[in-house]
Amino acid sequence: MSWGEGIASRFKPGDKVHVAERYPAKGHFRTPFYIRGKTGVVERICGQYHNPEELAFGKYDGPEKVLYRVRFDQKQVWPDYHGHSADKVEIEIFEHWLEPAK
Amino acid sequence: MTHDPHEHEGHEHAHDHDTHAPIGAKEPEGYYPLLADAVRELLIEKGYFTADEHRAFIERIDARSPALGAKVVVRAWTDPKFKQRLLDDGKKACAEMGVDVVVANLVVTENTPAVHNVIVCTLCSCYPVFVLGRPPDWYKSAAYRSRVVRDPRAVLKEFGTEIDAKREVRVHDSTADMRYLVLPMRPKGTEGWSTEQLEKIVTRDTMVGVAECRLAA
Repeated sequence: MSWGEGIASRFKPGDKVHVAERYPAKGHFRTPFYIRGKTGVVERICGQYHNPEELAFGKYDGPEKVLYRVRFDQKQVWPDYHGHSADKVEIEIFEHWLEPAK
Repeated sequence: MTHDPHEHEGHEHAHDHDTHAPIGAKEPEGYYPLLADAVRELLIEKGYFTADEHRAFIERIDARSPALGAKVVVRAWTDPKFKQRLLDDGKKACAEMGVDVVVANLVVTENTPAVHNVIVCTLCSCYPVFVLGRPPDWYKSAAYRSRVVRDPRAVLKEFGTEIDAKREVRVHDSTADMRYLVLPMRPKGTEGWSTEQLEKIVTRDTMVGVAECRLAA
């Protein structure tokens, strides 16, 4: 997988990351509520893209942000999940929503 | 209400209505279609794009269909090197076949005896339109979007797809710039099939992950 090549990223595939548990009142966020505050593992670096939080308000020249694909255990995301314990959900999350997991 | 659109419902053989009645808007437009029209007109007026460019873009989307995705899948089934390139970089591999995925990249997720993949966009309705054409209505419904992410096995069962308890189910939420395509498993019993035969069993739903490829019923 050569997806992250040449990108200065804070995290790399395999890193454990925590999704910030922030609930800003206004804005266009691509981090779904259900995944905020959860811990997952970086699956790949998807590249660098403009921040949708700025694009939605007409700011097209802001800095690009690193976009990750993060894998979570369903059992951790939904405490009442009743599928297989190996079931996963994978989501794209921008770097500024991620923190290193303790 | 002489032209009530529901007037003839239930009358399967009702050919006696006036087929030459003038065609006109019978119901007020919904809020969102009106909003979309207004925004479109404003963008054209302000010179962001022309009416012709907008029309051509829709035409370009409507020219795509699941048959394109099926061609990509069957090539991957029959050409292991292509399959690897497809898994490594979906956009580049599709381009080899003349399929421009348009978006930033296409993540291709391979179904295996150990893993079944299914795609959703919980935030809106992101879908690989340039590989599969426009999404079905259920893909855009709040019910599918909210339920498949938290109870995928039950939702798949409603589609008639039972995933073995020993297989992992992996849900892919298209939350940002990527689009997703499931590479379904090639069913047993298709050895020696022609490309055309194989493409017929690779349906839209198998590439979204709510169904698996089966030998023609």
